[in-house]
Amino acid sequence: MATHGVEFADVSFTVSGRSVLRGVSLRVEQGTTTALLGRSGSGKTTLLRTVNALVRPTSGRVLVGGSDVADRDVASQDVIALRRRIGYVIQETGLFPHMTIERNVGMALELAGRTREEIHARAAGMLRMVGLPEDALARYPWQLSGGQRQRVGVARALANEPKVLLMDEPFGALDPLTRAEMQTMLRDLLQRSGVTTLIVTHDLEEALYLADRVVLLEDGVVVADLARDEVRGAGTEGARNEAMRAYVAATHREVTA
Amino acid sequence: MSSFLAQHGGEIARLTFEHLWLTASAMLFACAIALPLGVLLTRKQSLAKPVIGVANVLQTIPSLAMFGLLLPVPFLGDRAARLAIVALTAYALLPILRNTYAGIGSVDSAVIDVANALGMTGWQRLRKVELPIAASVILAGVRTATVTCVGIATIAAAIGAGGLGELIFRGVASVDNGLVLAGAVPAALLALCADGLLGLAEKRMVVRR
Repeated sequence: MATHGVEFADVSFTVSGRSVLRGVSLRVEQGTTTALLGRSGSGKTTLLRTVNALVRPTSGRVLVGGSDVADRDVASQDVIALRRRIGYVIQETGLFPHMTIERNVGMALELAGRTREEIHARAAGMLRMVGLPEDALARYPWQLSGGQRQRVGVARALANEPKVLLMDEPFGALDPLTRAEMQTMLRDLLQRSGVTTLIVTHDLEEALYLADRVVLLEDGVVVADLARDEVRGAGTEGARNEAMRAYVAATHREVTA
Repeated sequence: MSSFLAQHGGEIARLTFEHLWLTASAMLFACAIALPLGVLLTRKQSLAKPVIGVANVLQTIPSLAMFGLLLPVPFLGDRAARLAIVALTAYALLPILRNTYAGIGSVDSAVIDVANALGMTGWQRLRKVELPIAASVILAGVRTATVTCVGIATIAAAIGAGGLGELIFRGVASVDNGLVLAGAVPAALLALCADGLLGLAEKRMVVRR
């Protein structure tokens, strides 16, 4: 199986007696985007982190490109090779504060042993792609705004052309206008790159705008797994999926006052 | 004053050099032990408390007692300078160890997370991310240790290890304040210089977030 989809098979994760994930099964087809929706503590971040083995599930299998990354026997070298093929974006950006933007963006290539020229060219190209001026290459993270920093975070994650992209509330810390800009940019990027994407969010609008599928998690269990078009109708009475209907209703109160 | 310097100048220079040598050697050993150990403690958190505890206890031993206690130890007791360096090293361990551990421990967890997610090995993460970010904190520990060592090294003269303490002890014994100052002033200047230079280096290492 040479696809680069992601598949979760009966994934459970328990930490100090608390069940964070309980038998999650899910398929993310190659080249599609799936949003993981749910309130804080529902396990969506933990599920995301099983894909690049930052979290090892207690039981179950996580298949990335057909190989099981949840297997506890996987050697650390394999884990490192796996992670280098997966992009990762988090809300706090996690930019390296002591490195220039060029080095931040090019880190995946640096780790892969590419030359300085290659790294420079790729970093410049990536900045263009995320809508930053080229002179940002020589700057440091503290010299950028929150939105610019997150653009760098996205550029860094995609720099080495990963097959899978993981995003954990990437735009959660941004103001609504910047957030909307970022969503537009990201949707365009995802469509062009064809990367298999998992994005954690609690924002339904964001999920519907970016994702082909929306998965709702509650207490570590998948309670809804719907195509985008199915979700759109979920706010109405008599919608097929009760859990999604409740989530949509609860997060979309009419502004009447 | 000038006649005093003419009489003691050569000796002051020699003892200053000796003092510097004792301190520098001890710092070299202390860094060689405490830096890797501090890093190790960040990887094996359960060891942190006992190991830092031991370094803490070492620090509380009065220096005169430490020199005395080490005297009967074979190999060490044979050469006073050797013994002094070992004792000074013991005093320098704690600040370096504590700051290495704390400095690396204070690196933003999101940064560590991304370093791992990018597929860095433990060694790459240490070299490319953790050490550069923690450098100023670690250097602050080295600075504290150096200043402490310069001070304690004066006591080393009590066991005949040389250094500027020799002038101080002689001055005290012969109630000669000029001689006491001839040892104390260069020792203080050494401490101030070390503090200033390492302080500058530390400032250069600060990473803006």
